[in-house]
Amino acid sequence: MSTAARRRLMRDFKRMQTDPPAGVSASPIADNVMTWNAVIIGPADTPFEDGTFRLVMHFEEAYPNKPPGVKFISQMFHPNVYGTGELCLDILQNRWSPTYDVAAILTSIQSLLNDPNTSSPANVEASNLYKDNRREYTKRVRETVEKSWED
Amino acid sequence: MDSDDDFNSSQMSDDEFMGGQDSDDSLGDDSDYQDDVGFESQDKDIKPTKHAYEVDFKVFNPADIQSHQDKQVSEVSNILGQAPEATAILLRHLRWNKERLIDQYMEKTDEVLESAGLGETAQTHPPRIEKVPGFACDICCEDGPDLDTFAMKCGHRFCVDCYQQYLQTKIKDEGEAARIRCPGDACNRIVDSKSLDLLVSGRLKDRYQELLTRTYVDDKENLRWCPAPNCVYAIECSVKDKELKRIVPTVHCECGHYFCFGCSLNDHQPAPCSLVKKWLKKCADDSETANWISANTKECPKCASTIEKNGGCNHMTCRKCRNEFCWMCMGVWSEHGTSWYNCNRFEEKSGFEARDAQAKSRQSLERYLHYYNRYANHEQSAKLDKDIYLKTEKKMTQLQNTTGMSWIEVQFMDSASQALQQCRQTLKWTYAFAYYLARNNLTEIFEDNQKDLEMAVENLSEMFEKPIDQLKGLKVEMMDKTAYCNKRRIILLDDTAENLKSGNWEFNVQIV
Repeated sequence: MSTAARRRLMRDFKRMQTDPPAGVSASPIADNVMTWNAVIIGPADTPFEDGTFRLVMHFEEAYPNKPPGVKFISQMFHPNVYGTGELCLDILQNRWSPTYDVAAILTSIQSLLNDPNTSSPANVEASNLYKDNRREYTKRVRETVEKSWED
Repeated sequence: MDSDDDFNSSQMSDDEFMGGQDSDDSLGDDSDYQDDVGFESQDKDIKPTKHAYEVDFKVFNPADIQSHQDKQVSEVSNILGQAPEATAILLRHLRWNKERLIDQYMEKTDEVLESAGLGETAQTHPPRIEKVPGFACDICCEDGPDLDTFAMKCGHRFCVDCYQQYLQTKIKDEGEAARIRCPGDACNRIVDSKSLDLLVSGRLKDRYQELLTRTYVDDKENLRWCPAPNCVYAIECSVKDKELKRIVPTVHCECGHYFCFGCSLNDHQPAPCSLVKKWLKKCADDSETANWISANTKECPKCASTIEKNGGCNHMTCRKCRNEFCWMCMGVWSEHGTSWYNCNRFEEKSGFEARDAQAKSRQSLERYLHYYNRYANHEQSAKLDKDIYLKTEKKMTQLQNTTGMSWIEVQFMDSASQALQQCRQTLKWTYAFAYYLARNNLTEIFEDNQKDLEMAVENLSEMFEKPIDQLKGLKVEMMDKTAYCNKRRIILLDDTAENLKSGNWEFNVQIV
């Protein structure tokens, strides 16, 4: 069955393969193009460096008019990521544009990692440590990086 | 109300004539704007003196609202020298605050245009659908020379299918209208109505217009939708939020619904909005259950089971843990020695305090229940009266048939039924109001007024229930009683509203 959403997702997939952005990768799960697994590599020179953070993306038929649901599977310690792995990112909510694709979403999340927004934190502890005790923050982030290699 | 000649205005009562009043400042700014909205001014010549509890208001139908918008847009458009479409966007952007828009526009034109999504007006040709060679849509990735495409002045070009899909999602699913942005990445440009006209049609467009009108009423502080189901009217009233502790602005919509302009709830005169909110919350929550528990029960000092004592002596044995204790002092029973049935530690301080607290909560509960029962009683009766209202017509027909009276001659039944409804509604809220009143002379006057109205209502209600064959003989009396009820209601409302306005009431809670 080929709907607009599926066609577009196939195009996104093709783009991920032919022109993959640095440090991210993603592909649909075996039997359903509407659900994707993705990995973001923690950017160099940040506390997240070398982490392999896994995510899952759920697309609706309204895609790309509506953003997909994106969630971290790996444990995260970041001011804008909830304990459940859900994340708070403007382009995944009110600033969504139908021109965004999987590559754009993942690179946005990747840049969010080292550039958190502490004004409306999803994880208050991470946000406070980020502001007041960067060393402890880095330490806690490194723990999640090491954990990300295990799963 | 007490003559037969108002048979054609079955929904009317005295205070509704006020709706036709034109007050000069009701729109605040422009006076010439009022003249074309000669809406429901039919009663201008029979303007009765205004009662203290009445407020000025006007009812607008959808066409009125639309013409208001258009008028404002064209006015501002002349001042700013902008096209009407752009002006409409600017006005919506600044929530229909004309003065603020003109000020800001004069001061920093570019900034205002940019923030409203109208920046970069470089290209001057109007938006149109076109085929562009070598185009590939960024949303669906289709390409081809035959593809219809569209872009606003911002130049973000997409295929028409995608644009339409996008607009449909925004309008239908998200209910957006005035602030739909260009689908382009991080583009702030608002989709203007001319572009929208090109792209959507039929029901979607109607829905868009509806939503736009909605934002006009929603954004204007002095406009409010009538909350009645399926009602399309909006009411204009100049009462501001901060005046609500002094005024209870009940308005009457064309559809027949009476509601409070301040909080959109059903008419709740004489109680001000904040008390109504408190009262409804109190009635809905469990606070009185807790009060009942603390007034009527104690906890076993050992296992803390809740116990209600329904008789017998002070020697309690807990059903659950078999603990034996004294109901008076809550101490263990074995310490009471031989003075069975008589606690000799009766005057102990802790026991005294416990009883004091219990008495207090019992008293407060009784007070609440006193008012609540009467409130609920009138609410219930008003519901029953509503059934009666439906039966009234039947009764009126029967009366016509059995007595040979004409339809006009039996209208007194209808008047009576309406008076009953309205008075019960008022009475209901007098009890909520009274609950929060501190005791003083004013309160006593209020209670006298309340009593008078209540008696008048009960008398009328009783008469109303009489069998058909007696009704003809009661006609004059019933008309008198109806008039009396209405008069008592007005007196009560007048008195409360006047004292509210001048801040004479003392409440036992803080009203904000």
